[in-house]
Amino acid sequence: MDAILRLSGLCKKYDGFSLDNVSFSLPYGCIMGFVGENGAGKSTTIKAILNLIRRDQGEIQVFGKDNIQEELEIKEQIGVVFDSLNLPEMIRPLDVGRMMKSVYRQWDSAKYTQYLAQFQLPAKKLVKDLSRGMKMKLAIAVALSHNAQLLLLDEATSGLDPIVRDEILDILLEFIQDESRGVLFSSHITGDLEKIADYVTFIHQGKILLSEPKDLLLEKYGVIQCTKEELAALDKSAVVGVRRHQFGVEALVEKKKISGAHTVDKASIEDIMLFIVRGEHQ
Amino acid sequence: MDCSISHSSSQPIYEQIVSQIKSQIIAGKLKEGEALPSIRVLARELRISVITTKRAYDELEAQGLLRSVAGKGTFVAAANLSLLREEQLRQIEELLQKAVDEAKVHGISLEEMARLLTFIYRGES
Repeated sequence: MDAILRLSGLCKKYDGFSLDNVSFSLPYGCIMGFVGENGAGKSTTIKAILNLIRRDQGEIQVFGKDNIQEELEIKEQIGVVFDSLNLPEMIRPLDVGRMMKSVYRQWDSAKYTQYLAQFQLPAKKLVKDLSRGMKMKLAIAVALSHNAQLLLLDEATSGLDPIVRDEILDILLEFIQDESRGVLFSSHITGDLEKIADYVTFIHQGKILLSEPKDLLLEKYGVIQCTKEELAALDKSAVVGVRRHQFGVEALVEKKKISGAHTVDKASIEDIMLFIVRGEHQ
Repeated sequence: MDCSISHSSSQPIYEQIVSQIKSQIIAGKLKEGEALPSIRVLARELRISVITTKRAYDELEAQGLLRSVAGKGTFVAAANLSLLREEQLRQIEELLQKAVDEAKVHGISLEEMARLLTFIYRGES
């Protein structure tokens, strides 16, 4: 399948942290959840896609084009939403629209006005007086009003209440109705991703641990509760991570490799993330 | 078309969609030639992944219940309903066979089995 975004072998070394051979690709028409704990490398990766940091190695292609050689052209078509709103405090959403007109060639004022209304954003209130949810929606309105084909959201839903988060999920689902688009959505709130993501890419300490269709992950893994003896009797290759407690153990397992005698509960994306990062490995 | 899914069910979501659309075709609620929502619309409405809805449609297409026309969409195929019904009966027969085998092992009589089946069928168990 053609990819709207492809990273191959991306490396970037900092003191005490490095992105290590980061590779994944996002097919057209899909939403990818980019998960990992704070400091795992999500924002650094997104900055590298936007060429905001200099990479040491690797290649990044957006819409099949090199992200550095054709940077300007690509950026016209990328909508970015960071966890904080990078707009001056003393202007109003109305002014933001006027400002963006001179930033983006394809700025669509009518669309912007329509999004302000749809998101119930007050056009004449100062940015500094907007709530966090409103600021996030304003950033999304800007991202959607210049005909962006690829949306990059970096922790855009963190710190928002469930109602606003839900609205944002609807906006993303609407955006993706056009198959020539794509969304990379970084978050540590895995419940949001569980609902709408097509793919889940999991980064830990600068390394990609997995990047797979969400359905496949949820089908592949399960959680079992058992005794230490029962755990020891399981096929070792089936056990991904274990959490021991005083009275037994809890383990993330590959369902297929477990016999029918055990009850295997569904594993959530969060379970998978926690067991892989925090569970003991055999 | 009606479709509702449960995230807590142990049945995979794509299977839930497959069985619901299938039963609506068999019941005649979805008629031959009728257009189905696109995989994207269905994914948006149910708030699930397009990969899931695509898999469900692919499965139904493989079973001959749907057909997709490039650039136009997905439609209910001219299914051979009697063949479909036969296939379902065969599946049910298989399941019942298992129950009967088990019953014989434990010496449960046909009368008891029949009573049990009646209870279960009526949802009284």
